[in-house]
Amino acid sequence: MVSLKVDCLVVERGGRRVIDGLSFAADPGEAVAVTGPNGVGKSTLLRAVAGLTAVVGGCITLSQWPERRQSAMHLVGHREAIKPQHSLLDNLAFWCRFLAAEPPADGVEATVEAALDAVGLVHLADAPAELLSQGQRRRLALARLLVAPRPLWLLDEPTAGLDTASRARLAGLLARHLDGGGLLLAATHEEIGVPTRALALAA
Amino acid sequence: MSLLALYVRDVRLAWAAGGGGPVGVIFYLAVTAVAPFAVGPDLPLLTRIGPALLWIAVLLALLLGLERLFQADQEDGTLDLLRLGDTPLELVVLMKAAAHWTAAALPLLAATPFAALLLNLDGAAILVTLATFLVGTPALALVGAVGAAVAVSLRRAGVLIAILVLPLSVPVVIFGVSAIEAAGAGRAVGPSLALLGAVTLVAAVVAPLAAAAALRESE
Repeated sequence: MVSLKVDCLVVERGGRRVIDGLSFAADPGEAVAVTGPNGVGKSTLLRAVAGLTAVVGGCITLSQWPERRQSAMHLVGHREAIKPQHSLLDNLAFWCRFLAAEPPADGVEATVEAALDAVGLVHLADAPAELLSQGQRRRLALARLLVAPRPLWLLDEPTAGLDTASRARLAGLLARHLDGGGLLLAATHEEIGVPTRALALAA
Repeated sequence: MSLLALYVRDVRLAWAAGGGGPVGVIFYLAVTAVAPFAVGPDLPLLTRIGPALLWIAVLLALLLGLERLFQADQEDGTLDLLRLGDTPLELVVLMKAAAHWTAAALPLLAATPFAALLLNLDGAAILVTLATFLVGTPALALVGAVGAAVAVSLRRAGVLIAILVLPLSVPVVIFGVSAIEAAGAGRAVGPSLALLGAVTLVAAVVAPLAAAAALRESE
C-alpha cells in the first residue's frame, strides 16, 4: 500500500513563493481535498507532487513505491490531453498503452470499453473527440484513470462541468479507488462525493 | 509497447485531417518545380545545381511541421502526461523525432524522383541523392526537435525555430551535397556519406538530451 508524505514543501512560480513550507500526509484509502481561494496554489501543489514543477525546497515521498515517483500517479488537470481528430476509443487506447506498466490482462480494447462505460460514454466510442461537449471531455479525461491502474490520483477540479448523474458516477469511481487502498489528492471548491480530509491553503 | 504506441499515434496525427504531413510534400514539389523557371533553360547548369536545390528544399520542407511537434502536445496537456509515463522523457523525444521523420521526411524521399526529373538529374544522381537523404534527414529531424523543444511555450515560434535550427543544419547540407558531387565527379562517395552518418549519430545522442532538458525547463 502506497502512502504519500509531503514535508516542508516550497514552490516558486515566476519568482513568487506560492507554497511556503507546506506539510501533509495521506495514508492508503485516504482522500485529501485541497481547498482555498483562486490563485492560492492548488494546481501548483498538484503539479509539484507530480514532479512537473520544479520544487525549491522540501521533500515529497511515496513510501512502498519502488519505481519512479511519476509512474505511481494519474493527473487530470484543466487541459484534458484529448486529440480532437481521434475517436474516443483511440484516445483512451493510446493512454492505456502509454501509461500502463504492463498490457491489461483482458486486452486494451476491452479495458478501454469498460472505462468508457464507467463514465457513460461507451455509445460515443467511435465518434471523433472534437464532437464532445466540455462535460463529456472531462468525463473522457476521467476515464483515463481507469485504463491504467495507478495508486495516486491527482485531480484538479474533477467535478467541473459535470452533470448530476456524472458526479454520482465519479463519486462511485473515487469510492472504489479508495476502497482498494488508493490515494486521492483533489483540488476542488465543492464536494466530490467521498469523505475527504480538508487541506486548506491560505494566501 | 508504450513508445510504439506514441510513434504510431504521432504518425497518424501528422497525416490526419489538419496535420502537417501533406503540406510538406506539396511545398517540396512546389519549390523544386519553380527552380527551373528561375534558373532558365540551361540544362547542364540545372543538372549541376539540382542536388543542392533538392537539399535546400528538403531542409525547408522539414522545418514546416516543427512548430507543432511539441507545441500541440503542450497546449492540450498531453506533454504533462507523457512525462508521467514509465519511459524517460529523452526516449519520448527520440520517438517523437522518429515519428516526425517518418511522417515528414519519408514522403519527401518518395517524391524526390519526380522533383529530380524537373531538375534534369539522371538515374544515378537520383540514387545518390536518395542515399544522402536517407542518411542525413534523421539528423535534420533530431536537430529540429531541439529547436521545437526550446520554443515550445512561445506563440508563432516558426521563424525562431528556423533561426535556431538552420545554423545547426549546415554540416548536414555540406556533407550531403559533397557526397553527391563526389559521385558526379567519379570520386568515392564513402567518406562524405560516413561523415554525414556521423552527424546523424551524434544528433541521435545529443538532441534527445538537449530537447528533454528544454522541455523540463519550459514549465
